[in-house]
Amino acid sequence: MKQLNYDAVVIGGGAAGMAAAVELDSHGHSVLILEREDSLGGILMQCIHNGFGLIEFNEELTGPEFAQRFEAKVRAKNIQASLKTTVLDLREENGFKAVYCVSPAEGMMRIEARAVVLAMGCRERNRGNIRIPGTRPAGVYTAGLAQRLVNIEGYIPGKDVVIIGSGDIGLIMARRMSWSGCKVHAVIEILPYLSGLTRNIVQCLNDFGIPLYLSHLVTDIYGKDRVEGIEVTPIESGALMREKAFKIPCDTVLLSVGLVPENELSRNAGIEIQPTTNGPWVDSALMTTLPGVFACGNVLHVHDLVDYVVEEARRAGANAASWLSGYRPAREIRLKTGANIRYVMPMRLNPERENRVYMRSLVVKNNARLEVRLDGAVVKSRKLAHVQPSEMLSLTVAPADIAAAGRDSVIEIALV
Amino acid sequence: MEQFDVAIIGAGVCGANIARKLSQYELDVALLEKEIDVSLGTSKANSGIVHGGFHDHISTLKARLELQGALMFDRLHEELDFPFERCGILVAALHEDEMHAIEQLYLQGVDNGVIGIEMCSRERMLELEPKLNPDVVGGLYAPSGGILEPYRFVFSLVESAKKNGVRVKTEFEVASAEREGDYWHIRSTSGQEIQARFVVNSAGLHADRISAAFDAERFEIAPRKGEYYLLDRMTKSKPSRVIFPVPTEVSKGILVIPTVEGTVLIGPTASPAQGKEDFATTRDQLEHILHSARMMVPSISESDVITSFAGLRASYGTDFYIKLSDEAPAFVQVAGIQSPGLTASPAIGDYVKDLLKKAGLRLVEKSEWDPYVHKVPRARDADPYALDGLVAHDPAYGDIVCRCERVSEAEIVAAIRAGHTTLDGIKYYTRAQMGRCQGGFCTYKIIRILMRETGMGFDEVTKRGGDSTVLRGSL
Amino acid sequence: MKELICITCPMGCHLAIDTGANGEMKVTGNRCVRGEQYAREEVLNPKRVVTFTCAALLPDGSAPGVSSNLPRRVPVRTRTGFPKERIPELLDALRGISVRLPTERGAMVLPKALGTDVDVVVARSIALE
Repeated sequence: MKQLNYDAVVIGGGAAGMAAAVELDSHGHSVLILEREDSLGGILMQCIHNGFGLIEFNEELTGPEFAQRFEAKVRAKNIQASLKTTVLDLREENGFKAVYCVSPAEGMMRIEARAVVLAMGCRERNRGNIRIPGTRPAGVYTAGLAQRLVNIEGYIPGKDVVIIGSGDIGLIMARRMSWSGCKVHAVIEILPYLSGLTRNIVQCLNDFGIPLYLSHLVTDIYGKDRVEGIEVTPIESGALMREKAFKIPCDTVLLSVGLVPENELSRNAGIEIQPTTNGPWVDSALMTTLPGVFACGNVLHVHDLVDYVVEEARRAGANAASWLSGYRPAREIRLKTGANIRYVMPMRLNPERENRVYMRSLVVKNNARLEVRLDGAVVKSRKLAHVQPSEMLSLTVAPADIAAAGRDSVIEIALV
Repeated sequence: MEQFDVAIIGAGVCGANIARKLSQYELDVALLEKEIDVSLGTSKANSGIVHGGFHDHISTLKARLELQGALMFDRLHEELDFPFERCGILVAALHEDEMHAIEQLYLQGVDNGVIGIEMCSRERMLELEPKLNPDVVGGLYAPSGGILEPYRFVFSLVESAKKNGVRVKTEFEVASAEREGDYWHIRSTSGQEIQARFVVNSAGLHADRISAAFDAERFEIAPRKGEYYLLDRMTKSKPSRVIFPVPTEVSKGILVIPTVEGTVLIGPTASPAQGKEDFATTRDQLEHILHSARMMVPSISESDVITSFAGLRASYGTDFYIKLSDEAPAFVQVAGIQSPGLTASPAIGDYVKDLLKKAGLRLVEKSEWDPYVHKVPRARDADPYALDGLVAHDPAYGDIVCRCERVSEAEIVAAIRAGHTTLDGIKYYTRAQMGRCQGGFCTYKIIRILMRETGMGFDEVTKRGGDSTVLRGSL
Repeated sequence: MKELICITCPMGCHLAIDTGANGEMKVTGNRCVRGEQYAREEVLNPKRVVTFTCAALLPDGSAPGVSSNLPRRVPVRTRTGFPKERIPELLDALRGISVRLPTERGAMVLPKALGTDVDVVVARSIALE
């Protein structure tokens, strides 16, 4: 078994992994990126649509273009990346982090590192997770799998499509399938509002005349060998109106019903996972409950803007570098969710440094105000013209904002 | 036209066991299967349990064959390549009035000669299985009960049979048969023809139609549907033993099964199916499963569900219908094999061999019969050093295609070379696509490997043969 | 009167556009000047950035086989917004174009596509292994 040694190992070579690695390298640490695909870039490589990088580069790039800007930085700094490498285990051994991974070229490798950055991204929820009854014919795919098949492999999964879920991936695929010569018959959404960005209603549905059914549930998928259709049931006042159920014939069903951070490795390593995000619990430095192991990007919490992913990843990389240099926060202050906030990330603030907090709203609201309260008193507030659950919010909390915080103080972020 | 001594119709767990048994003799044997692969009928969608031998009275054929069969699995596990473990079976009583039924099962088990069976107090039950509902009042423990992967078992039996000369013909659906002298002339729906002196009808759900095609006994198989949920391997509710409720007249009930590969299966329900092609799961039955399973293991959560499926069992009477036909010559019926069919299947192999012998089939043992099959190393079972060795020998072991179940490219190639050339066949052989992402990440890779290994065009890749094509166009 | 949802920023203002007798457009419902701009363009000359894939070809002119590590498709994009009603025509044109590997992002695929001033370029650098 090959034995390697680095200051830091980054697990995942997508946007988060590359950004964290570049940051660690810029602080003078040796870094190794472990990536299971045969190229860097992660999921961005199949996201060939535009809309990435408005904040990071002030340009509207496609996924591969965004990813390759970071890959260029990785190459320019000669940062090592081991491709086609799957991490199997993360353990603490002899005071180091031991990462066990395997690749066809190298066989089994044991990499000893002092710090690890988790950047494994997320996976899609599938039919089994949401328990749609019916038969199990060919023709049911997650939207991401269909995206890979169309955009990289060059195959069309089917011709008559229905999309379940109005998240961005589903809407993007509605457009992609339409541009690929397929007919998208409907997008079905269980909630009374669109899960994805409003612009996508225009660009992905209206442009193609694709009907959106809000407050509808897919209650059956039928077909013997291949999908033949779905049954859709409207929801009124929270109740399933079974007698109003109708069928939509189709041969392909794409599911865009949510993403889940990919934390099997983290769980197996004994890292504590937060139920609200399905990602690791992290402190103000984005460090997990395993000292020296940091997390960023979609593995920490599901993002909607890759620009925020790389910001968070740079921060994780910088914090990992600080940690490697011996820095430990003198104290941390608890951060909790207040009214109308689903979660805050991270859940600790460092009163000595600038803190960037990401959060999600539970509600749709215009002319809202985000309030930071220290032991009940508002210390900072920000006006937001428009807020919706599908759009992550960010806020900077500076040392000056929370200078008055004591040892047992609690900081709360609320949306009013 | 090919001629055989025996043609076995139906490559499920019964047909596969019979084929392997007959492969021990100097015989030309054909195993006929209508689907694109073996084990795609009832044998792929069941509980995967080697039963404890106490559910049925010794006067029944099924009980006798179950007891015999249950004892044969250790040796089969050693010779073949399928995962199997005797984790033990518990039958839990949740009310005092269920204890009478428990006692009856226990006494039946003792009568049947089940080794190690014990009656348990509440404390003993919770000691044996801490995940049990703490309201359990007592129960039964059969330590010899076990779990296996049924499709891996069938694949391996068939591989062994093939190795020893059995001819397996998939996509051979029997259309008609005529007795011509000493032979049955059998025609398939696709125009294939063979001749066989003896025929075994182990056609599962379709055994009635096959029997009619051979002018043998007229009976009707009623399909009974069983729906299941599969839970994530990381679920906190995984028990260490199979948990049964007290059985009803109609069924053994909804079980909580720790599968041998580490996931949890809950089910099956038992309801009449709408025909022999009705594999649909239904909302009501699935809710029923969660409700019933939670009574046994309260920590079961719906958020742990990764998929659901339905299997059909062939229901005919209350016992196995295994006999030489009185109406058609040289024809053996193996029908109505419901639970404990899987457990009994190795013994069914022996029993049918004896029936054939009685019917005049001459059995001469082969001197060079090889009971063993090559065991394909699996990346997930290898410790780091072993995996390193595997990769050194075959780099494809280092390419982890299915990351949820840790399946390497080498294993997928092995599946394809063993004849499993559909996505489902590869899934059952390797477990790729069975994990929490349900093929979200690995499907495109498997398609590539399949096309590379077989030369299939993109439009020939199917989920399970027939019209189940996966890609409908190329850009 | 025409109703639109503005897509310039996440607010998604619902806009109303009235076109007067002399062709003058009046936009209401926007909360900023970008909304008015978007509305005018969307009514007069709607444009979209188009992203697509073209077939990849190896240097010898063959397509990457199923054993190859190279992708079969090369992502391409219009550099800027393309006239919306001519998009189907553009896609048809792109279906007939292959991109030879290796290729660099920004490489020209279809200059001044269909007589517009919009170029279609490669969106991903792909090297030969």
